Amino acid sequence: MARVVTPAQKSINTAAAWVVALIIFFPILWTFLTSFKPEEVAVASPPVFVGFDWTMQNYHDVIAQRGYGSYFWNSVVISVGSTVLGMIIAIPAAWAMAFVHGKRTKDLLMWMLSTKMMPAAGVLVPIYLMGKSLGLIDTRFMLMIVLMLMNLPIIVWMLYTYFREIPGDILEAARMDGANLMSEILYVLTPMAIPGIASTLLLNVILAWNESFWTLNLTTFQAAPLTKFIAGFSSPQGLFYGKLSAASVMAIVPIMVIGWFSQKQLVRGLTFGAVK
Amino acid sequence: MATQASRSAARLMISPTVILLFLWMAIPLGTTIYYSLQRYQLLYPDRSGFVGLRNYTRFVLSPGFGGAVANTLILVLGVLIVTVVLGILIALLIDRPIWGQGPVRILVISPFFIMPPVSALIWKNMFFNPSNGLFAEAAKYVGMAPYDFLGQAPLASIIFIVSWEWLPFATLILLTALQSLDGEQLEAAEMDGAPPLSRFWYIMLPHMSRAITVVVLIQTIFLLGVFGEILVTTNGGPGTASTTLPFLIYKEALLDFDAGTAAAGGVVAVILANIVAIFLMKAIGKNLD
Repeated sequence: MARVVTPAQKSINTAAAWVVALIIFFPILWTFLTSFKPEEVAVASPPVFVGFDWTMQNYHDVIAQRGYGSYFWNSVVISVGSTVLGMIIAIPAAWAMAFVHGKRTKDLLMWMLSTKMMPAAGVLVPIYLMGKSLGLIDTRFMLMIVLMLMNLPIIVWMLYTYFREIPGDILEAARMDGANLMSEILYVLTPMAIPGIASTLLLNVILAWNESFWTLNLTTFQAAPLTKFIAGFSSPQGLFYGKLSAASVMAIVPIMVIGWFSQKQLVRGLTFGAVK
Repeated sequence: MATQASRSAARLMISPTVILLFLWMAIPLGTTIYYSLQRYQLLYPDRSGFVGLRNYTRFVLSPGFGGAVANTLILVLGVLIVTVVLGILIALLIDRPIWGQGPVRILVISPFFIMPPVSALIWKNMFFNPSNGLFAEAAKYVGMAPYDFLGQAPLASIIFIVSWEWLPFATLILLTALQSLDGEQLEAAEMDGAPPLSRFWYIMLPHMSRAITVVVLIQTIFLLGVFGEILVTTNGGPGTASTTLPFLIYKEALLDFDAGTAAAGGVVAVILANIVAIFLMKAIGKNLD
């Protein structure tokens, strides 16, 4: 906004905005601080903020005793695997819908979104029993498939909104120059589509990483990702605040950093281009 | 530019997605409906058979059902109201000229990236815990008795936690909408002597209506399925005070091993979600054209 504000006004606005932002962020900051506290400091009353002997012991314990590594690896495989799989299926579909306009395109997109309205709890029983009879419960494969299907509508929608902004004229120009369909896709469209594909990939990895209905209900140990790891800290182990915090920090930091970098695309992506 | 050939190529490219999504809907839904009409105890799989609508009557008449539907609606509505209202206020605050808008945005958006079990456990143990949580410490400091949030007000506490997770999303989207508002329009209104409140009411709010619609739609999709937060904080209790529909179905299926009744519950949940969906799709269809 081009309105002129006095430095005094701007200072007040700044202070208010920072106070609100810090209140919202405080639980994360507190968890971060607590993760470096010895357990007796973590539960100290009154609480200690920064004046304590910082220690890595909690991280050491969580990694050594709780097998953090395998949960982390499962989270990576499941979230990246399901998203990549979804992209492979969704890219051609979104592509076709964006560049070959049919009468039904909008209905089709709405229908895809409506499949997201089906509550996961509503189909828990058959999915669980199907997985059980196929021996797929507690496998990364099953979670990859389920999360892929769950996020597929969002992936298609996001890609569609990005692809639609690529000017169609450019295709005709390429065709005039004698490009066939293959080279059209490879050399003209792909370079323009890469930013959209990348942000779709990132946002869906975030969604899959944090998904906590199927990951909690379809795994026990072998394929259990970080959501399950953390859920294991609900009482009574959760009362070890230092370890709970260290585990939490390790579960959220990788994805939070990705999130910070993709926050600009987040709005466009998750609102399907309706808000820019 | 769409030729016959490119049309059929397009159909070919779209069909894997459509077929997969159709199967993903139809098979589980069909199976759920089938199971819901059967007697099906996971512990006694041999005692099966058609029971008509008995699973439905058992589920709907079970003491927890009405409460679970009410809890689900209260949770969704509560979180929607909190996040949209606070989201608008915070977006208005950040949108004004400030130093460090970038870092402020980063701080505000962060809770959105936190997996539900983590945020639920952090709030449950380190803030809500009546013996040594930070809220209890604060209460002691000012000389009040600590309050057992999850024990005394479980649903409100869960609404609080889930709102904290979704407030960043609402704020960011509303902020983006606000930033696309034409500043000159506001200036003109200001010069004509429109007080701040009517500038907000007649210019900013209408401008944000599309964004608000989107926030409501997308959050509803995710909020109807809130599960992890309940599982690790209250486990649906005390009693059934914070049992929602998804949680009730989970209890029937994986704790009571009654697949038939759980399936009936699933069908009920799908029907309820679709009622909500029809309203929302109508609204969004109108607002997004």
